[in-house]
Amino acid sequence: MTRPETTIRPPPGEAPRTGVTRRGALAGLTALAGASGAAAQGATTLLNVSYDPTREFYREFNAAFAEHWRAQSGRAVRINTSHGGSGRQARAVIDGLEADVVSLALAYDIDSIADRGLIAADWQSRLPQQSAPCTSTIVFLVRKGNPKSIRDWGDLAKPGISVITPNPKTSGGARWNYLAAWAWAQRQPGGKPEEYIARLYRNVPVLDTGARGSTTTFAQRGLGDVLLAWENEAHLALKEIGEGQFEIVTPSLSILAEPPVAVVDRIVDRRGTRAVAEAYLRHLYDPEGQRLAVKHFYRPRDAAVAEANAARFPRLDLVTIADLGGWREVQRRHFAEGASFDRLYRPGR
Amino acid sequence: MTAVPRPAAEDAAWARLAAIGAAILVFGLLFLLPLLAVFVEALRRGLDPALAAIADPDSLAAIRLTLLVAAISVPVNMLGGVAAAWCIAKFDFPGKRLLTTLIELPFAVSPVISGLVWVLLFGAQGWFGPWLQEHGLRIVFALPGMVLATVFVTFPYVARTLIPLMQDQGREEEEAAATLGASGFQTFRRVTLPNIRWALLSGVLLCNARAMGEFGAVSVVSGHVRGQTNTMPLHIEILYNEYQFVGAFAVAALLALLALLTLGAKLLLERLTGRRAAVHA
Amino acid sequence: MTAARRRWRRSALPGFGLSLGVTLSWLSAIVLIPLAALALRPWELGPAGLWASIADPRVLAALRLSFGAALAAAAINLPLGLLLAWVLVRYDFPGRRLADAMVDLPFALPTAVAGVALTALYAPNGWLGAPLAEAFGWRIAFTPVGILIALVFIGLPFVVRTVEPVLRDLPSEAEEAAATLGATRLQTLRRVVLPALAPALLTGFGLAFGRAVGEYGSVIFIAGNLPMRTEIAPLLIVVRLEEFDYAGAAAVGLAMLVLAFAILLLVNLLQRLLRPWAARA
Repeated sequence: MTRPETTIRPPPGEAPRTGVTRRGALAGLTALAGASGAAAQGATTLLNVSYDPTREFYREFNAAFAEHWRAQSGRAVRINTSHGGSGRQARAVIDGLEADVVSLALAYDIDSIADRGLIAADWQSRLPQQSAPCTSTIVFLVRKGNPKSIRDWGDLAKPGISVITPNPKTSGGARWNYLAAWAWAQRQPGGKPEEYIARLYRNVPVLDTGARGSTTTFAQRGLGDVLLAWENEAHLALKEIGEGQFEIVTPSLSILAEPPVAVVDRIVDRRGTRAVAEAYLRHLYDPEGQRLAVKHFYRPRDAAVAEANAARFPRLDLVTIADLGGWREVQRRHFAEGASFDRLYRPGR
Repeated sequence: MTAVPRPAAEDAAWARLAAIGAAILVFGLLFLLPLLAVFVEALRRGLDPALAAIADPDSLAAIRLTLLVAAISVPVNMLGGVAAAWCIAKFDFPGKRLLTTLIELPFAVSPVISGLVWVLLFGAQGWFGPWLQEHGLRIVFALPGMVLATVFVTFPYVARTLIPLMQDQGREEEEAAATLGASGFQTFRRVTLPNIRWALLSGVLLCNARAMGEFGAVSVVSGHVRGQTNTMPLHIEILYNEYQFVGAFAVAALLALLALLTLGAKLLLERLTGRRAAVHA
Repeated sequence: MTAARRRWRRSALPGFGLSLGVTLSWLSAIVLIPLAALALRPWELGPAGLWASIADPRVLAALRLSFGAALAAAAINLPLGLLLAWVLVRYDFPGRRLADAMVDLPFALPTAVAGVALTALYAPNGWLGAPLAEAFGWRIAFTPVGILIALVFIGLPFVVRTVEPVLRDLPSEAEEAAATLGATRLQTLRRVVLPALAPALLTGFGLAFGRAVGEYGSVIFIAGNLPMRTEIAPLLIVVRLEEFDYAGAAAVGLAMLVLAFAILLLVNLLQRLLRPWAARA
């Protein structure tokens, strides 16, 4: 509230403060909002609206990009971030949160924004690798020594195992968990994925609204035998909460999670930030971006970087979202109201 | 302070002790323990990390924003609350009961809804969204939306503390003043205000405490942009989600401290004035 | 006061128009127009669609849980609140004033902080959760009991604060008379004190219920959020929003609002029926 913010335009020709008297309470409040920003003076700002587990990665990447941009263009840029459940973040952008770029957990969420006309429909082909600069997968986090001998997806549905995973209705990560389990069950001899999913979710005692909530439930509250988590989240949890308390188990098969990024066309065109926003996303694909991604346990796309870090990421069979029919199909079949999750979810007594 | 001893209506000593004991138990389990938990978690690694977490620029921005939101919302509700109490307590008109109920309505509305309504009105998909966008005005995901959500949630506090008191006090004093030729504003300032000031202050303090602590409603209309649209409760959630438990509880402890300060101010007010005498005269 | 004067504004006091005007604009801008937006939105689904989105088993289960837990919590708060109010008004003990001020803590403590603190306490490895689980095999956090505890916490001050002033102003003569006439203490309490407190207790019940039914911030951490079992209605609103289903979200919100309003009206009605009883006592 002290430093004036240049990027949010006050009503033209008016100083923010006088707006209070001249244009009534509404304009006054807006002007105050304009004055409350914390942007460095004179710098361009970008808003990156992202999902939960990317906080640590983007904090470092934003600083790196600001350096890179200054060296390249001689101008300062400050990147603000907003994190939350992927669906909630997409909705905020749809409702008017002025994001220059979005980096979400699922292509479906960006599609939803594109459906409202804020992003061009062909957004996914504008950047390499379906606009997903790095990938991840779903692994298991178990307690030290793996006391329940959890090795693969089949073990999760056994009686007496307690599984922690967030709610697929509210969490992007949870949808990847669900789909990985589904894909595994589908590939079993005589596979009955519906039955397996029903049994698996009967073992879930708490459905948190987000991936971070689940990790806290598992690690801090001591609930559950196994946590289904993004690979990068599992490593982060090991590092941040309990080195030596947990172990990562990599299942025989999992899903290739491709968290996508996109420039929000309508916003960057209005704010005049397209060049820097596009450079920001392209820098994710540069070796520096890829190395930072690896540092935060995302799997890189860059072949050389991948080669150098092969030991960090165990090999496993990965199905893709395309194998399952693409996001729109998956959403309709599994997560829409009354679809497979709603039908199969029967909490145990 | 407590009533004069009244032997005939006195409780037996054992009953008195049992009641006090039970009350202390309820108190300890429900109120003190959660509060204690917050402070213990905040100071788990000593004072310095807790202070460092509070001194972080994003935390400071959240503190500033919280105070700003409260500083705008509380006066709005104070003005509205006094006006409502004045017309409800001092006048009779049809629909008075309905008006009283409507003023209490926000108590019964889920905080999630209190945020949602503003998105339905001013969000890009809402009634006034397109018009606002054309004119470059932002309400949701900016300060105005957070203020509106907070005003909604804290709406009834001042009115609710004032109405019963002003009804009790009746109208005779004001009517006398008016008969003697005082203007409406003079009557209010010289006669009514001295009678209600302590109740008004305590209503304002509660309103303020709730304004600073609101989570659900503000969460819906804040864009959760670090350092820009995060209030303290939202910042706590963010820190908690970043596994910075000490930081989260440190900011929580600060917020709890602000709440305690509010309650302390209320206590002081009562002690200074012997509130019971002033309020229930 | 004549009947004519009671009907309409014929008071000697000025300021009716101004205060009513301010009140109505404040009320409309902050409460009525936004709630109208909420009430109108679900009708885009058509009456059948609206009904379908409310009659969904999961929605019904969530509404049942939210309203059941809120009613239960408000009912638990009645004796607890009465106890606290009684002890605070009638007895003197060290720390009484401090305790009195602390009653407002749940008003002031941010709900998210309360939620995190309560979860930390009652989780299977928490200060209270661990011994309870060990001794009795009870699970509290992530079950409906956890929800109940959070709701009792946030609702308790409402009962204490509505009962306290009435208890304080209760004329001691009635109690003394009863005692002199040979009534036992218990009889005096039941026949004299309780009826006099009944309207205030009901008001407190209504307020505690209203606050509890929509509570989000503190419950979400401790609830477990399992559909059909521990998923509260406000969470379902959030879930609908995540599905970009604004009309569905507003439908659940509208159902909650109507139900809550109906229950509050019922409480008001009950209170009016009780008033003669209280006056007689």
